Amino acid sequence: MRIEGAGKLSRAAKAIDLRSQFGFRTTALVCLFVLYFPILILIVFSFNASDIVAIFSGVSTRWYAHAFINEEFHSAAINTMIIAVTATIGSTIFATLAAVATTRVAPWRGQTAVYMIINLPLMVPEIITAVATLSFFALLGQELGLNFGIGNIVLAHLVFCIPFAYMPIRARLESMDLTLETAAADLYATPVKAFWHVTMPLLMPGISSGAALAFIVSFDDFTITQLVAGPGQTTLPLYIWAMIRRPMTPEINAISTILLSISVLFILVSFGIAQKRK
Amino acid sequence: MKDDAVEDGVELTGLPAVEAKNVTKTFGAGPDAVHALDDVSVTIRQNEFFTLLGPSGCGKTTLLRLIAGFEMPTAGSILLEGQEVAHLPPFKRPVNTVFQSYALFPHLSVADNIGFGLKMLGRKRAEVEAQVTAMLKLVKMEPMRNRKVHQISGGQQQRVALARALAPHPKVLLLDEPLSALDLKLRKEMQIELKRLQHETGITFVFVTHDQEEALTMSDRIAVMSGGKILQIGTANEIYEHPTERFVADFIGETNFIEAEVTQRIGNQGQIRLPSGIAVPRELDHDAPVGGRITLAIRPERIDLVKPGAECHLSGKVENIVYFGTDTHFHIDLDSGGDVTVRVQNRRGHQELLKTGDAVGLRIAPEAMQVLKD
Amino acid sequence: MATELAAPGSGSTGPGPAQPATLTTAQAAQARIDQRSFVTRWLLTTPALITIGIFGVLPLVIIVIYSFLKAAPYGGVVWSPSVDAYVSFLFQQDIFSDALTFSPDFLEIYLRSLVFAVGTTAICLLLGFPTAYFMATRPPKQRNWWVLLITIPFWSNLLVRTLAIMFIIRDEGLLNNLLIGLGVIKQPITLLYTNFAIVLGLFYSFLPFMVLPLYASLEKLDFRLVEAGYDLYASRPKVLFRIIIPLARPGIIAGCLLVFIPALGAYVTPLILGGGLHLMIGDLIAQQFGSGRNWPLGAAQALILMSAVLVALFLYVRVSTGKVKHGQR
Repeated sequence: MRIEGAGKLSRAAKAIDLRSQFGFRTTALVCLFVLYFPILILIVFSFNASDIVAIFSGVSTRWYAHAFINEEFHSAAINTMIIAVTATIGSTIFATLAAVATTRVAPWRGQTAVYMIINLPLMVPEIITAVATLSFFALLGQELGLNFGIGNIVLAHLVFCIPFAYMPIRARLESMDLTLETAAADLYATPVKAFWHVTMPLLMPGISSGAALAFIVSFDDFTITQLVAGPGQTTLPLYIWAMIRRPMTPEINAISTILLSISVLFILVSFGIAQKRK
Repeated sequence: MKDDAVEDGVELTGLPAVEAKNVTKTFGAGPDAVHALDDVSVTIRQNEFFTLLGPSGCGKTTLLRLIAGFEMPTAGSILLEGQEVAHLPPFKRPVNTVFQSYALFPHLSVADNIGFGLKMLGRKRAEVEAQVTAMLKLVKMEPMRNRKVHQISGGQQQRVALARALAPHPKVLLLDEPLSALDLKLRKEMQIELKRLQHETGITFVFVTHDQEEALTMSDRIAVMSGGKILQIGTANEIYEHPTERFVADFIGETNFIEAEVTQRIGNQGQIRLPSGIAVPRELDHDAPVGGRITLAIRPERIDLVKPGAECHLSGKVENIVYFGTDTHFHIDLDSGGDVTVRVQNRRGHQELLKTGDAVGLRIAPEAMQVLKD
Repeated sequence: MATELAAPGSGSTGPGPAQPATLTTAQAAQARIDQRSFVTRWLLTTPALITIGIFGVLPLVIIVIYSFLKAAPYGGVVWSPSVDAYVSFLFQQDIFSDALTFSPDFLEIYLRSLVFAVGTTAICLLLGFPTAYFMATRPPKQRNWWVLLITIPFWSNLLVRTLAIMFIIRDEGLLNNLLIGLGVIKQPITLLYTNFAIVLGLFYSFLPFMVLPLYASLEKLDFRLVEAGYDLYASRPKVLFRIIIPLARPGIIAGCLLVFIPALGAYVTPLILGGGLHLMIGDLIAQQFGSGRNWPLGAAQALILMSAVLVALFLYVRVSTGKVKHGQR
């Protein structure tokens, strides 16, 4: 009798966590491990002292040093930054304007169409966008003699950065109290003043978040950039690709790690902003 | 127009603070259109505490928004001190609002919130500072001046909202159910505060509420609204003692409704016959013809209970007695049909003078029989 | 029922001439405001619309046109209409006899990509669902950290992540070195440049894309419904399949879409892990615009891919709105 009772008690204790399902915890932990393991290996091997990429012989930061004095790396880094910063600023401004016009307003004709156009870049597979953009700029160059140089890449990036910036801004705008702008108008603020003194400050977290996301997707982009870029217009991802084609050294790990760090930095920033809001 | 000037017999001195003339507001179009306000007219005097009272959806908030400028009337005009303002946006009207949700700017401190209006008007820094300090003093929030909005309590937020709306010294202050979020004790305190503020500043207050007790205690005059129309305008006394509409009588306090018949009439004077057969002289308005039926509104506390057989207007049996401490309610089944509630104050403590089933007579002063428009 | 403000003269106007004037003034002001906000709205959206319109939509139109043109010898197009591109998708023209023979090469690649995409979606769902569920059942404060853990790979550089996989599975890579070192095998197993490598790469790339929407959906799950299920004597598997999964349906559908479409059109993965073998549509299309020098063919291939994507999107819309009609909770 007593033994039975003890068994029932422990079974009850186990059954208390009604939410858990068999094997789910293990699967989750395995998946997370699988997601991070290759990246961690990549990072670890960037500190490899030897030339051969796969065998670890000692800790050293020589490959980072190597990268830093590398001319190609410099120019790729500069290009990447120019493109990413320009695309981020442009797309964030455009996205903010568009978000203000399409959010929290009474339904207007063309609203769905506008929303679809803004989100179009997210629906089309990157390779299709890439070849389409390539064709477009080739045509511009051939027929109209128009070539913006690195501006071509910036324009291509603008297109897919806008939806990424738009989403968090729109989300932030929707969660804002509409009465605040009414109160501002009541207190003698013209629509422009109300926007500047009330809407913008409160919208800032959304704008920052949107800008961070836009920066990340521009900075990291490979497919579109590869097809659209002309000679001499290398970005960091393209540089890494070039290094794959050559005999490989851990320098590729080092540069990949640098790239990852910057991405992760901006991810943390964006995440932090979102958390602070709560 | 059933003007207040006519009702009170007092002439309007100076321009009215707010005047709404035949204002109509419709939202949407076609069969789904919402008629929020239907040909509404009202005159609000300077330095008055005026209340718009009614249930949800009666249009009181819509009217307030029209005065503030957040909506424009579909028809009619809105005048502020004689000036037509219906076409002006809210930032061009010398009117400020205290919102139901307070709508304080979360990114600004208490002081910056209060000074916002003056800043938007382009006043100099020193002037804004001085006025902000004065306002903080007025609502007793000086120590909180640098706090952020989320750091102060609900009652304190309410006072900041008030100060913010008063700081630019508007011609009219609009209050949209500002006390509804407060607990009872705080509410009572704020009611007294608001009256004080109104007296001290001399600004016309237009107050919106669905709480009739609040309206009765605070207002100089009340407009009772329902279904997009103003049913009656008057002082608390007038509204309570002399309701002209069934809705008003029913909405404010408790009322008994008794059907009567018009038996005679010469001009405004006439005679009505109660269901018990007793005739009573009453003043009548134009719409009640001889032979027609009218409804009387009688307050429960205006009915006296007398011995059956004595001179009385109505008679019946006691159906139920409910003891409320301060007074006792008697539910009386009338011999002529229907029932009434009689409220008797327990001036000499609880006395069991009547029991359920006893026959009683009801005596009512004729002035307490309010004739309603039917 | 509602009585009018029945007073003499209330129906008439106030100061006569002012009334009609005020009617028009307020209504005119309203009309002006409506018009101004209409103009403002379009003005505000114009920069975004023009940018995406010119540099996003127009290029797509151009490749549609290109697919119906002739290829120029060194890349680019010749402006004469032709359906050569579409024909050469299925048929090969014999150089000498001009006879058309059916060539399954491209179809094979498309089919393989489809199989890969479906397979990847299935694996991601199978493994991603428990992961998302686990995350959603953590205590609220902890949850943010788990979300952050998934968010980081989600937004990390795809090229770098694919590289990381490559480093592990290639012949001189970590996996082979480990297995040889442990004595399990003598010679390195060729994992790189195989179908396996690509599926692994696809799974690795897109797992976070499945987990996040699933998590979003499961987080909103009302677990009292789960408890109600247990209360009514359902077993754990029954609760899972009868209650949890149906309620997570929107997230499942969104996650599948978010994995399937990029997987179908994947470029980086077959590029890095497939070598020069062009095992998937993505790098097949890229090749036409590169060394293949057949832009119209590439355009045609891109359009066929786009059609498949549109079919998937269409099905998504059907399935997600269809169930709403069927009275989901």
